[in-house]
Amino acid sequence: MTQYLLAVHHDEQIPLSPEDMQQSFKDVDAVNSEMQATGAWVFAGGLHPPSTATVVRVTDGKVVTTDGPFAETKEQLGGFWIIEAADLDAALEWAAKATVACRLPVEVRPFEAA
Amino acid sequence: MSKARPVPVSAVPDSAGDIEGHFRREYGRCVATLVRFFGDIDIAEEAVQEAFTIAVDRWPASGFPPNPGAWITTTAKNRAIDHLRREASREDKHAQAALIYARDEQNTQDETDEDTAHGTKEQVDPVVQDDRLRLIFTCCHPALARTAQVALTLRLLGGLQTPEIARAFLVPEATMAQRIVRAKRKIKAAAIPYRVPGDAELPDRLDAVLSVVYLIFNEGYVASDGGALVRDDLCAEAIRLARLLAELMPDEPEVLGLLALLLLTQSRRAARIGQDGSLVLLPDQDRSLWDRELIAEGQRLVRACLRRNMPGPYQIQAAINAVHSDAIDAAQTDWSQILRLYDQLLGCAPTQVVALNRAVALAEVDGPSAGLAAVDELDLVGYHPYHAARADLLVRLGQAAAAVPEYEAALAATANSAERRFLEQRKLKAAGLAG
Repeated sequence: MTQYLLAVHHDEQIPLSPEDMQQSFKDVDAVNSEMQATGAWVFAGGLHPPSTATVVRVTDGKVVTTDGPFAETKEQLGGFWIIEAADLDAALEWAAKATVACRLPVEVRPFEAA
Repeated sequence: MSKARPVPVSAVPDSAGDIEGHFRREYGRCVATLVRFFGDIDIAEEAVQEAFTIAVDRWPASGFPPNPGAWITTTAKNRAIDHLRREASREDKHAQAALIYARDEQNTQDETDEDTAHGTKEQVDPVVQDDRLRLIFTCCHPALARTAQVALTLRLLGGLQTPEIARAFLVPEATMAQRIVRAKRKIKAAAIPYRVPGDAELPDRLDAVLSVVYLIFNEGYVASDGGALVRDDLCAEAIRLARLLAELMPDEPEVLGLLALLLLTQSRRAARIGQDGSLVLLPDQDRSLWDRELIAEGQRLVRACLRRNMPGPYQIQAAINAVHSDAIDAAQTDWSQILRLYDQLLGCAPTQVVALNRAVALAEVDGPSAGLAAVDELDLVGYHPYHAARADLLVRLGQAAAAVPEYEAALAATANSAERRFLEQRKLKAAGLAG
Protein backbone atom coordinates (compact mmCIF):
# COMPACT_ATOMS: atom_id res chain seq x y z
CA MET A 1 0.00 0.00 0.00
CA THR A 2 1.15 3.52 -0.77
CA GLN A 3 -0.05 6.75 0.77
CA TYR A 4 -0.97 9.53 -1.62
CA LEU A 5 -1.62 13.23 -1.21
CA LEU A 6 -4.59 14.44 -3.22
CA ALA A 7 -3.95 18.19 -3.33
CA VAL A 8 -6.79 20.45 -4.42
CA HIS A 9 -5.67 23.38 -6.53
CA HIS A 10 -7.86 26.33 -5.81
CA ASP A 11 -8.15 29.44 -7.98
CA GLU A 12 -9.84 32.29 -6.11
CA GLN A 13 -10.51 34.13 -9.35
CA ILE A 14 -13.01 31.49 -10.42
CA PRO A 15 -15.72 31.53 -7.73
CA LEU A 16 -18.55 28.99 -7.58
CA SER A 17 -22.16 30.13 -7.27
CA PRO A 18 -23.55 29.68 -3.73
CA GLU A 19 -25.77 26.81 -4.95
CA ASP A 20 -22.85 25.03 -6.62
CA MET A 21 -20.80 25.59 -3.49
CA GLN A 22 -23.49 23.96 -1.33
CA GLN A 23 -23.77 21.01 -3.70
CA SER A 24 -19.98 20.70 -3.80
CA PHE A 25 -19.82 20.50 0.00
CA LYS A 26 -22.37 17.68 -0.05
CA ASP A 27 -20.49 15.84 -2.79
CA VAL A 28 -17.19 16.15 -0.93
CA ASP A 29 -18.88 14.80 2.22
CA ALA A 30 -20.09 11.81 0.23
CA VAL A 31 -16.56 11.11 -1.08
CA ASN A 32 -15.20 11.44 2.45
CA SER A 33 -17.73 8.93 3.77
CA GLU A 34 -16.91 6.52 0.98
CA MET A 35 -13.17 6.82 1.67
CA GLN A 36 -13.77 6.17 5.35
CA ALA A 37 -16.04 3.21 4.68
CA THR A 38 -13.48 1.52 2.40
CA GLY A 39 -10.48 2.24 4.61
CA ALA A 40 -8.75 4.48 2.05
CA TRP A 41 -9.09 7.55 4.29
CA VAL A 42 -6.08 8.71 6.30
CA PHE A 43 -6.74 12.41 6.78
CA ALA A 44 -8.29 15.35 4.95
CA GLY A 45 -9.04 18.99 5.36
CA GLY A 46 -9.99 22.20 3.62
CA LEU A 47 -7.80 25.26 4.11
CA HIS A 48 -8.63 28.90 4.77
CA PRO A 49 -7.64 31.19 1.88
CA PRO A 50 -3.95 32.04 1.21
CA SER A 51 -4.52 35.52 2.74
CA THR A 52 -4.52 33.76 6.14
CA ALA A 53 -1.11 32.21 5.53
CA THR A 54 2.10 33.05 7.39
CA VAL A 55 5.57 32.00 6.25
CA VAL A 56 8.41 31.25 8.66
CA ARG A 57 11.96 30.89 7.38
CA VAL A 58 15.58 31.21 8.49
CA THR A 59 17.30 34.34 7.14
CA ASP A 60 20.89 35.13 8.19
CA GLY A 61 20.66 32.58 10.97
CA LYS A 62 17.48 34.14 12.37
CA VAL A 63 13.94 32.86 12.18
CA VAL A 64 11.85 35.48 10.38
CA THR A 65 8.06 35.50 10.17
CA THR A 66 6.28 37.18 7.24
CA ASP A 67 2.70 37.60 6.12
CA GLY A 68 1.29 35.84 3.07
CA PRO A 69 1.60 32.59 1.18
CA PHE A 70 5.02 31.27 0.17
CA ALA A 71 4.41 31.87 -3.52
CA GLU A 72 2.15 34.57 -4.94
CA THR A 73 0.56 32.39 -7.60
CA LYS A 74 -2.96 32.38 -8.96
CA GLU A 75 -3.48 28.77 -7.89
CA GLN A 76 -3.00 27.85 -4.27
CA LEU A 77 -3.48 24.75 -2.17
CA GLY A 78 -7.15 24.82 -1.21
CA GLY A 79 -7.34 21.57 0.69
CA PHE A 80 -6.19 17.97 0.55
CA TRP A 81 -6.83 14.35 1.22
CA ILE A 82 -4.30 11.81 2.35
CA ILE A 83 -5.35 8.35 1.28
CA GLU A 84 -3.96 4.87 1.24
CA ALA A 85 -4.28 2.91 -1.99
CA ALA A 86 -2.92 -0.29 -3.52
CA ASP A 87 -1.42 1.49 -6.50
CA LEU A 88 -1.62 4.64 -8.61
CA ASP A 89 -4.66 3.41 -10.53
CA ALA A 90 -6.60 3.02 -7.28
CA ALA A 91 -5.41 6.48 -6.14
CA LEU A 92 -6.45 7.99 -9.49
CA GLU A 93 -9.93 6.53 -9.07
CA TRP A 94 -10.26 8.40 -5.77
CA ALA A 95 -8.80 11.52 -7.37
CA ALA A 96 -11.42 11.31 -10.12
CA LYS A 97 -14.21 11.22 -7.52
CA ALA A 98 -12.50 14.02 -5.59
CA THR A 99 -12.17 16.38 -8.55
CA VAL A 100 -15.78 15.81 -9.59
CA ALA A 101 -16.96 16.53 -6.03
CA CYS A 102 -14.88 19.65 -5.34
CA ARG A 103 -15.03 21.03 -8.93
CA LEU A 104 -11.30 21.76 -8.85
CA PRO A 105 -8.19 20.10 -10.26
CA VAL A 106 -6.55 17.55 -7.98
CA GLU A 107 -2.84 16.70 -7.98
CA VAL A 108 -1.89 13.19 -6.91
CA ARG A 109 1.49 12.65 -5.26
CA PRO A 110 2.91 9.61 -3.54
CA PHE A 111 4.37 9.93 -0.07
CA GLU A 112 7.88 8.63 0.46
CA ALA A 113 7.86 5.27 2.18
CA ALA A 114 8.01 5.73 5.96
CA MET B 1 7.78 -20.60 -15.34
CA SER B 2 10.20 -22.71 -17.31
CA LYS B 3 12.66 -24.61 -15.17
CA ALA B 4 15.24 -24.57 -17.97
CA ARG B 5 18.89 -24.97 -17.04
CA PRO B 6 21.81 -24.19 -19.29
CA VAL B 7 21.69 -27.43 -21.24
CA PRO B 8 23.84 -28.83 -24.03
CA VAL B 9 24.70 -27.37 -27.34
CA SER B 10 22.18 -26.78 -30.09
CA ALA B 11 24.20 -24.50 -32.32
CA VAL B 12 27.37 -22.53 -31.96
CA PRO B 13 26.89 -18.79 -32.34
CA ASP B 14 29.23 -17.61 -35.06
CA SER B 15 29.44 -14.02 -33.97
CA ALA B 16 28.70 -11.56 -31.22
CA GLY B 17 26.02 -10.26 -33.61
CA ASP B 18 24.08 -13.52 -33.17
CA ILE B 19 24.01 -13.03 -29.43
CA GLU B 20 23.09 -9.40 -29.87
CA GLY B 21 20.21 -10.53 -32.07
CA HIS B 22 19.01 -12.75 -29.24
CA PHE B 23 19.44 -9.85 -26.88
CA ARG B 24 17.12 -7.65 -28.93
CA ARG B 25 14.59 -10.45 -29.45
CA GLU B 26 14.53 -11.74 -25.89
CA TYR B 27 15.19 -8.62 -23.84
CA GLY B 28 11.57 -7.50 -23.51
CA ARG B 29 10.29 -10.93 -22.60
CA CYS B 30 13.02 -11.51 -19.99
CA VAL B 31 12.68 -8.05 -18.43
CA ALA B 32 8.89 -8.35 -18.34
CA THR B 33 9.07 -11.69 -16.52
CA LEU B 34 11.60 -10.37 -14.02
CA VAL B 35 9.57 -7.21 -13.38
CA ARG B 36 6.66 -9.45 -12.42
CA PHE B 37 8.96 -11.51 -10.24
CA PHE B 38 10.72 -8.69 -8.37
CA GLY B 39 8.22 -5.86 -8.79
CA ASP B 40 11.07 -3.55 -9.77
CA ILE B 41 12.19 -2.45 -13.23
CA ASP B 42 15.78 -1.56 -12.29
CA ILE B 43 16.42 -4.91 -10.64
CA ALA B 44 14.94 -6.65 -13.68
CA GLU B 45 17.01 -4.67 -16.18
CA GLU B 46 20.29 -5.04 -14.31
CA ALA B 47 19.80 -8.79 -13.89
CA VAL B 48 18.91 -9.35 -17.54
CA GLN B 49 21.91 -7.32 -18.68
CA GLU B 50 24.16 -9.34 -16.39
CA ALA B 51 22.76 -12.60 -17.75
CA PHE B 52 23.46 -11.43 -21.30
CA THR B 53 27.02 -10.55 -20.32
CA ILE B 54 27.43 -14.12 -19.06
CA ALA B 55 25.94 -15.41 -22.30
CA VAL B 56 28.38 -13.39 -24.40
CA ASP B 57 31.20 -14.97 -22.38
CA ARG B 58 29.90 -18.49 -22.49
CA TRP B 59 27.90 -19.15 -25.62
CA PRO B 60 30.69 -18.79 -28.20
CA ALA B 61 32.36 -21.82 -26.55
CA SER B 62 29.36 -23.78 -25.30
CA GLY B 63 26.91 -23.04 -28.10
CA PHE B 64 23.36 -21.74 -27.67
CA PRO B 65 21.25 -23.43 -25.03
CA PRO B 66 18.11 -25.00 -26.55
CA ASN B 67 15.95 -22.15 -25.25
CA PRO B 68 18.14 -19.04 -24.99
CA GLY B 69 15.32 -16.85 -23.68
CA ALA B 70 14.50 -19.24 -20.83
CA TRP B 71 18.21 -19.55 -20.05
CA ILE B 72 18.58 -15.79 -19.83
CA THR B 73 15.49 -15.46 -17.64
CA THR B 74 16.55 -18.21 -15.24
CA THR B 75 20.14 -16.99 -15.05
CA ALA B 76 19.00 -13.39 -14.50
CA LYS B 77 16.55 -14.43 -11.80
CA ASN B 78 19.17 -16.49 -9.93
CA ARG B 79 21.76 -13.73 -10.16
CA ALA B 80 19.30 -11.13 -8.93
CA ILE B 81 18.31 -13.31 -5.97
CA ASP B 82 22.00 -13.78 -5.09
CA HIS B 83 22.62 -10.02 -5.19
CA LEU B 84 19.47 -9.21 -3.25
CA ARG B 85 20.30 -11.75 -0.54
CA ARG B 86 23.71 -10.23 -0.09
CA GLU B 87 22.27 -6.72 0.08
CA ALA B 88 19.39 -7.82 2.33
CA SER B 89 21.87 -9.31 4.80
CA ARG B 90 23.40 -5.82 5.04
CA GLU B 91 20.04 -4.47 6.15
CA ASP B 92 19.19 -3.00 2.75
CA LYS B 93 15.44 -2.44 3.12
CA HIS B 94 14.84 -2.15 -0.59
CA ALA B 95 16.52 -5.51 -1.26
CA GLN B 96 14.56 -7.11 1.57
CA ALA B 97 11.31 -5.82 0.12
CA ALA B 98 12.21 -7.11 -3.34
CA LEU B 99 12.98 -10.56 -1.92
CA ILE B 100 9.68 -10.72 -0.06
CA TYR B 101 7.93 -9.65 -3.26
CA ALA B 102 9.77 -12.38 -5.19
CA ARG B 103 8.89 -15.02 -2.59
CA ASP B 104 5.18 -14.15 -2.76
CA GLU B 105 5.32 -14.19 -6.52
CA GLN B 106 7.06 -17.59 -6.49
CA ASN B 107 4.33 -19.01 -4.25
CA THR B 108 1.63 -17.77 -6.61
CA GLN B 109 3.63 -19.20 -9.48
CA ASP B 110 4.02 -22.60 -7.80
CA GLU B 111 0.26 -22.79 -7.37
CA THR B 112 -0.14 -21.99 -11.05
CA ASP B 113 2.46 -24.61 -11.95
CA GLU B 114 0.64 -27.16 -9.83
CA ASP B 115 -2.64 -26.34 -11.53
CA THR B 116 -0.92 -26.65 -14.89
CA ALA B 117 0.61 -29.99 -13.91
CA HIS B 118 -2.81 -31.31 -12.93
CA GLY B 119 -4.27 -30.16 -16.19
CA THR B 120 -6.57 -27.65 -14.52
CA LYS B 121 -5.04 -24.77 -16.47
CA GLU B 122 -4.03 -24.32 -20.06
CA GLN B 123 -0.62 -25.70 -20.93
CA VAL B 124 0.70 -22.34 -22.13
CA ASP B 125 1.09 -20.42 -18.92
CA PRO B 126 -1.08 -17.32 -19.33
CA VAL B 127 0.84 -15.50 -16.59
CA VAL B 128 4.11 -15.68 -18.48
CA GLN B 129 2.34 -15.02 -21.75
CA ASP B 130 0.94 -11.77 -20.38
CA ASP B 131 4.14 -10.40 -18.85
CA ARG B 132 5.04 -8.25 -21.83
CA LEU B 133 1.47 -7.07 -22.19
CA ARG B 134 1.47 -5.95 -18.56
CA LEU B 135 4.78 -4.19 -19.03
CA ILE B 136 3.65 -2.31 -22.14
CA PHE B 137 0.61 -1.03 -20.24
CA THR B 138 2.92 0.14 -17.46
CA CYS B 139 5.18 1.90 -19.97
CA CYS B 140 2.20 3.60 -21.63
CA HIS B 141 0.40 4.57 -18.41
CA PRO B 142 -1.40 7.92 -18.77
CA ALA B 143 0.42 9.25 -15.69
CA LEU B 144 3.62 9.28 -17.79
CA ALA B 145 4.31 11.92 -20.45
CA ARG B 146 4.00 10.68 -24.01
CA THR B 147 7.74 11.18 -24.64
CA ALA B 148 8.50 9.02 -21.59
CA GLN B 149 5.99 6.38 -22.71
CA VAL B 150 7.75 6.12 -26.06
CA ALA B 151 11.24 5.98 -24.56
CA LEU B 152 10.31 3.37 -21.94
CA THR B 153 8.51 1.18 -24.45
CA LEU B 154 11.51 1.20 -26.80
CA ARG B 155 13.91 0.53 -23.98
CA LEU B 156 12.03 -2.09 -21.95
CA LEU B 157 10.14 -3.93 -24.68
CA GLY B 158 12.31 -3.15 -27.68
CA GLY B 159 15.62 -3.75 -25.96
CA LEU B 160 17.01 -0.53 -27.45
CA GLN B 161 19.77 1.12 -25.50
CA THR B 162 19.38 4.68 -24.29
CA PRO B 163 21.94 6.15 -26.79
CA GLU B 164 20.08 4.48 -29.68
CA ILE B 165 16.76 5.92 -28.52
CA ALA B 166 18.35 9.34 -28.09
CA ARG B 167 19.78 9.22 -31.62
CA ALA B 168 16.47 8.10 -33.08
CA PHE B 169 14.62 11.03 -31.51
CA LEU B 170 17.42 13.57 -32.06
CA VAL B 171 17.66 14.26 -28.35
CA PRO B 172 20.97 14.53 -26.46
CA GLU B 173 21.82 11.26 -24.76
CA ALA B 174 21.83 12.86 -21.31
CA THR B 175 18.32 14.21 -21.88
CA MET B 176 17.01 10.81 -22.93
CA ALA B 177 18.76 9.09 -20.02
CA GLN B 178 17.22 11.62 -17.64
CA ARG B 179 13.78 11.08 -19.18
CA ILE B 180 14.01 7.32 -18.70
CA VAL B 181 15.38 7.55 -15.16
CA ARG B 182 12.61 9.97 -14.15
CA ALA B 183 9.91 7.78 -15.64
CA LYS B 184 11.21 4.68 -13.90
CA ARG B 185 11.44 6.61 -10.63
CA LYS B 186 7.85 7.74 -11.01
CA ILE B 187 6.64 4.21 -11.74
CA LYS B 188 8.25 3.06 -8.53
CA ALA B 189 7.42 6.01 -6.26
CA ALA B 190 3.84 6.47 -7.37
CA ALA B 191 3.27 2.70 -7.63
CA ILE B 192 2.12 2.70 -11.23
CA PRO B 193 0.71 -0.80 -11.49
CA TYR B 194 2.04 -3.63 -13.57
CA ARG B 195 -1.09 -5.16 -15.00
CA VAL B 196 -3.42 -5.24 -17.95
CA PRO B 197 -6.23 -2.77 -17.24
CA GLY B 198 -9.76 -4.00 -16.56
CA ASP B 199 -12.49 -3.94 -19.20
CA ALA B 200 -13.77 -0.50 -18.20
CA GLU B 201 -10.42 1.25 -18.67
CA LEU B 202 -9.10 -0.96 -21.46
CA PRO B 203 -10.31 1.03 -24.48
CA ASP B 204 -8.63 4.28 -23.32
CA ARG B 205 -5.50 2.58 -22.12
CA LEU B 206 -5.16 0.51 -25.27
CA ASP B 207 -5.53 3.70 -27.32
CA ALA B 208 -2.45 5.08 -25.56
CA VAL B 209 -0.46 1.91 -26.29
CA LEU B 210 -1.46 1.97 -29.96
CA SER B 211 -0.59 5.69 -30.22
CA VAL B 212 2.86 5.00 -28.81
CA VAL B 213 3.51 2.22 -31.33
CA TYR B 214 2.16 4.37 -34.16
CA LEU B 215 4.30 7.31 -33.06
CA ILE B 216 7.43 5.13 -33.00
CA PHE B 217 6.66 3.97 -36.54
CA ASN B 218 5.90 7.45 -37.79
CA GLU B 219 9.07 8.86 -36.29
CA GLY B 220 10.98 6.26 -38.30
CA TYR B 221 8.93 6.71 -41.45
CA VAL B 222 8.58 10.46 -41.66
CA ALA B 223 12.08 11.07 -40.38
CA SER B 224 12.43 14.72 -39.43
CA ASP B 225 16.09 14.08 -40.07
CA GLY B 226 18.91 11.95 -38.75
CA GLY B 227 20.54 8.66 -39.66
CA ALA B 228 18.49 6.49 -42.01
CA LEU B 229 19.67 3.32 -40.31
CA VAL B 230 18.34 4.20 -36.90
CA ARG B 231 15.13 5.32 -38.53
CA ASP B 232 14.63 1.99 -40.28
CA ASP B 233 15.16 0.39 -36.89
CA LEU B 234 12.30 2.41 -35.43
CA CYS B 235 9.90 1.22 -38.15
CA ALA B 236 11.00 -2.38 -37.69
CA GLU B 237 10.65 -2.05 -33.92
CA ALA B 238 7.15 -0.55 -34.21
CA ILE B 239 6.08 -3.41 -36.47
CA ARG B 240 7.56 -5.91 -34.04
CA LEU B 241 5.62 -4.30 -31.17
CA ALA B 242 2.43 -4.25 -33.24
CA ARG B 243 2.91 -7.95 -34.06
CA LEU B 244 3.44 -8.68 -30.37
CA LEU B 245 0.24 -6.82 -29.46
CA ALA B 246 -1.67 -8.64 -32.20
CA GLU B 247 -0.39 -11.94 -30.83
CA LEU B 248 -1.27 -11.04 -27.23
CA MET B 249 -4.60 -9.32 -27.94
CA PRO B 250 -5.92 -11.11 -31.04
CA ASP B 251 -9.51 -10.10 -30.26
CA GLU B 252 -8.90 -6.35 -30.42
CA PRO B 253 -9.70 -5.27 -33.99
CA GLU B 254 -7.88 -1.94 -33.65
CA VAL B 255 -4.68 -3.82 -32.73
CA LEU B 256 -4.97 -5.78 -35.98
CA GLY B 257 -5.86 -2.56 -37.77
CA LEU B 258 -2.71 -0.85 -36.52
CA LEU B 259 -0.52 -3.79 -37.56
CA ALA B 260 -2.15 -3.81 -41.02
CA LEU B 261 -1.67 -0.04 -41.35
CA LEU B 262 2.03 -0.28 -40.46
CA LEU B 263 2.65 -3.23 -42.81
CA LEU B 264 0.90 -1.56 -45.75
CA THR B 265 2.72 1.74 -45.16
CA GLN B 266 6.05 -0.03 -44.78
CA SER B 267 5.44 -1.97 -48.01
CA ARG B 268 5.93 1.27 -49.97
CA ARG B 269 9.05 2.36 -48.17
CA ALA B 270 11.51 1.54 -50.97
CA ALA B 271 9.42 3.48 -53.51
CA ARG B 272 8.89 6.49 -51.32
CA ILE B 273 12.25 8.19 -51.71
CA GLY B 274 13.63 8.82 -55.21
CA GLN B 275 17.26 8.37 -56.28
CA ASP B 276 17.90 12.07 -55.70
CA GLY B 277 16.65 11.71 -52.15
CA SER B 278 13.38 13.54 -52.72
CA LEU B 279 9.98 12.35 -51.62
CA VAL B 280 7.97 10.45 -54.24
CA LEU B 281 4.20 10.74 -53.87
CA LEU B 282 1.93 7.72 -54.27
CA PRO B 283 0.83 8.40 -57.88
CA ASP B 284 4.46 8.70 -59.02
CA GLN B 285 5.87 5.71 -57.14
CA ASP B 286 7.42 2.74 -58.97
CA ARG B 287 4.95 0.12 -57.80
CA SER B 288 7.29 -2.73 -58.70
CA LEU B 289 9.31 -1.63 -55.67
CA TRP B 290 6.40 -2.27 -53.32
CA ASP B 291 6.88 -5.21 -50.99
CA ARG B 292 4.27 -7.75 -52.07
CA GLU B 293 4.63 -9.92 -48.99
CA LEU B 294 3.90 -7.06 -46.62
CA ILE B 295 0.96 -6.02 -48.80
CA ALA B 296 -0.47 -9.55 -48.78
CA GLU B 297 -0.16 -9.77 -45.01
CA GLY B 298 -1.65 -6.30 -44.50
CA GLN B 299 -4.55 -7.02 -46.81
CA ARG B 300 -5.27 -10.32 -45.07
CA LEU B 301 -5.51 -8.44 -41.79
CA VAL B 302 -7.77 -5.77 -43.31
CA ARG B 303 -10.11 -8.49 -44.59
CA ALA B 304 -10.14 -10.13 -41.15
CA CYS B 305 -11.09 -6.73 -39.63
CA LEU B 306 -13.86 -6.21 -42.18
CA ARG B 307 -15.35 -9.59 -41.28
CA ARG B 308 -15.49 -8.53 -37.63
CA ASN B 309 -17.21 -5.29 -38.53
CA MET B 310 -16.07 -3.30 -35.50
CA PRO B 311 -14.39 -0.44 -37.39
CA GLY B 312 -12.03 2.04 -35.78
CA PRO B 313 -9.56 4.69 -37.00
CA TYR B 314 -6.58 2.34 -37.47
CA GLN B 315 -8.64 -0.24 -39.31
CA ILE B 316 -10.11 2.36 -41.65
CA GLN B 317 -6.71 3.89 -42.38
CA ALA B 318 -5.42 0.38 -43.08
CA ALA B 319 -8.36 -0.20 -45.43
CA ILE B 320 -7.56 3.04 -47.31
CA ASN B 321 -3.98 1.84 -47.72
CA ALA B 322 -5.22 -1.56 -48.84
CA VAL B 323 -7.24 0.10 -51.61
CA HIS B 324 -4.11 1.92 -52.81
CA SER B 325 -2.18 -1.36 -52.70
CA ASP B 326 -4.82 -3.00 -54.91
CA ALA B 327 -4.24 -0.60 -57.83
CA ILE B 328 -1.75 -1.80 -60.47
CA ASP B 329 -1.07 1.84 -61.32
CA ALA B 330 -2.26 5.17 -59.93
CA ALA B 331 -4.95 5.53 -62.62
CA GLN B 332 -6.60 2.30 -61.44
CA THR B 333 -7.04 3.60 -57.90
CA ASP B 334 -10.61 3.19 -56.66
CA TRP B 335 -10.97 6.75 -55.37
CA SER B 336 -14.72 6.47 -54.71
CA GLN B 337 -14.05 3.70 -52.26
CA ILE B 338 -11.24 5.72 -50.68
CA LEU B 339 -13.57 8.71 -50.37
CA ARG B 340 -16.21 6.54 -48.67
CA LEU B 341 -13.56 5.27 -46.25
CA TYR B 342 -12.46 8.84 -45.46
CA ASP B 343 -16.10 9.75 -44.79
CA GLN B 344 -16.24 6.86 -42.35
CA LEU B 345 -12.91 7.87 -40.80
CA LEU B 346 -14.13 11.44 -40.40
CA GLY B 347 -17.13 10.02 -38.55
CA CYS B 348 -14.99 8.37 -35.88
CA ALA B 349 -11.95 10.70 -35.95
CA PRO B 350 -13.27 14.14 -36.91
CA THR B 351 -9.96 16.01 -37.18
CA GLN B 352 -8.84 18.67 -39.62
CA VAL B 353 -6.02 16.43 -40.83
CA VAL B 354 -8.46 13.65 -41.75
CA ALA B 355 -10.66 16.27 -43.44
CA LEU B 356 -7.64 17.40 -45.49
CA ASN B 357 -7.00 13.85 -46.69
CA ARG B 358 -10.67 13.47 -47.50
CA ALA B 359 -10.54 16.69 -49.54
CA VAL B 360 -7.63 15.26 -51.57
CA ALA B 361 -9.68 12.12 -52.27
CA LEU B 362 -12.68 14.28 -53.14
CA ALA B 363 -10.57 16.12 -55.75
CA GLU B 364 -9.90 12.76 -57.43
CA VAL B 365 -13.61 11.86 -57.50
CA ASP B 366 -15.33 15.22 -58.14
CA GLY B 367 -12.46 17.24 -59.61
CA PRO B 368 -9.92 19.76 -58.27
CA SER B 369 -12.34 22.65 -57.71
CA ALA B 370 -14.52 20.52 -55.39
CA GLY B 371 -11.30 19.46 -53.63
CA LEU B 372 -10.06 23.04 -53.29
CA ALA B 373 -13.41 24.20 -51.91
CA ALA B 374 -13.18 21.51 -49.24
CA VAL B 375 -9.53 22.37 -48.47
CA ASP B 376 -10.40 26.05 -48.11
CA GLU B 377 -12.87 25.26 -45.34
CA LEU B 378 -10.00 24.03 -43.18
CA ASP B 379 -7.92 26.00 -40.73
CA LEU B 380 -4.54 24.31 -41.07
CA VAL B 381 -2.24 27.23 -41.85
CA GLY B 382 1.33 26.20 -40.98
CA TYR B 383 0.68 22.47 -41.56
CA HIS B 384 2.83 21.74 -44.59
CA PRO B 385 0.63 19.02 -46.18
CA TYR B 386 -2.23 21.55 -46.19
CA HIS B 387 -0.19 24.11 -48.17
CA ALA B 388 1.18 21.39 -50.46
CA ALA B 389 -2.30 20.03 -51.18
CA ARG B 390 -3.66 23.52 -51.81
CA ALA B 391 -0.74 24.31 -54.15
CA ASP B 392 -1.25 21.08 -56.09
CA LEU B 393 -4.97 21.75 -56.56
CA LEU B 394 -4.26 25.33 -57.69
CA VAL B 395 -1.80 24.05 -60.32
CA ARG B 396 -4.37 21.56 -61.56
CA LEU B 397 -6.90 24.38 -61.83
CA GLY B 398 -4.48 26.41 -63.98
CA GLN B 399 -3.66 28.88 -61.21
CA ALA B 400 0.07 28.17 -61.05
CA ALA B 401 0.96 31.72 -59.98
CA ALA B 402 -1.19 31.33 -56.85
CA ALA B 403 0.45 27.95 -56.17
CA VAL B 404 3.99 29.38 -55.80
CA PRO B 405 3.40 31.14 -52.44
CA GLU B 406 1.57 28.02 -51.20
CA TYR B 407 4.66 25.91 -51.95
CA GLU B 408 6.71 28.54 -50.13
CA ALA B 409 4.42 28.27 -47.10
CA ALA B 410 4.78 24.48 -47.20
CA LEU B 411 8.58 24.77 -47.39
CA ALA B 412 8.62 27.13 -44.44
CA ALA B 413 6.75 24.52 -42.41
CA THR B 414 8.93 21.42 -42.86
CA ALA B 415 12.54 20.58 -42.06
CA ASN B 416 12.44 17.12 -43.61
CA SER B 417 15.03 17.09 -46.42
CA ALA B 418 13.18 14.62 -48.69
CA GLU B 419 9.99 16.63 -48.43
CA ARG B 420 11.84 19.90 -48.98
CA ARG B 421 13.47 18.60 -52.17
CA PHE B 422 10.10 17.50 -53.45
CA LEU B 423 8.47 20.83 -52.63
CA GLU B 424 11.33 22.83 -54.22
CA GLN B 425 10.90 20.88 -57.46
CA ARG B 426 7.15 21.46 -57.45
CA LYS B 427 7.60 25.13 -56.72
CA LEU B 428 10.00 25.54 -59.64
CA LYS B 429 7.56 23.77 -61.93
CA ALA B 430 4.68 25.98 -60.79
CA ALA B 431 6.82 29.09 -61.25
CA GLY B 432 7.69 27.89 -64.78
CA LEU B 433 4.01 27.34 -65.61
CA ALA B 434 3.12 30.75 -64.24
CA GLY B 435 5.71 32.21 -66.65
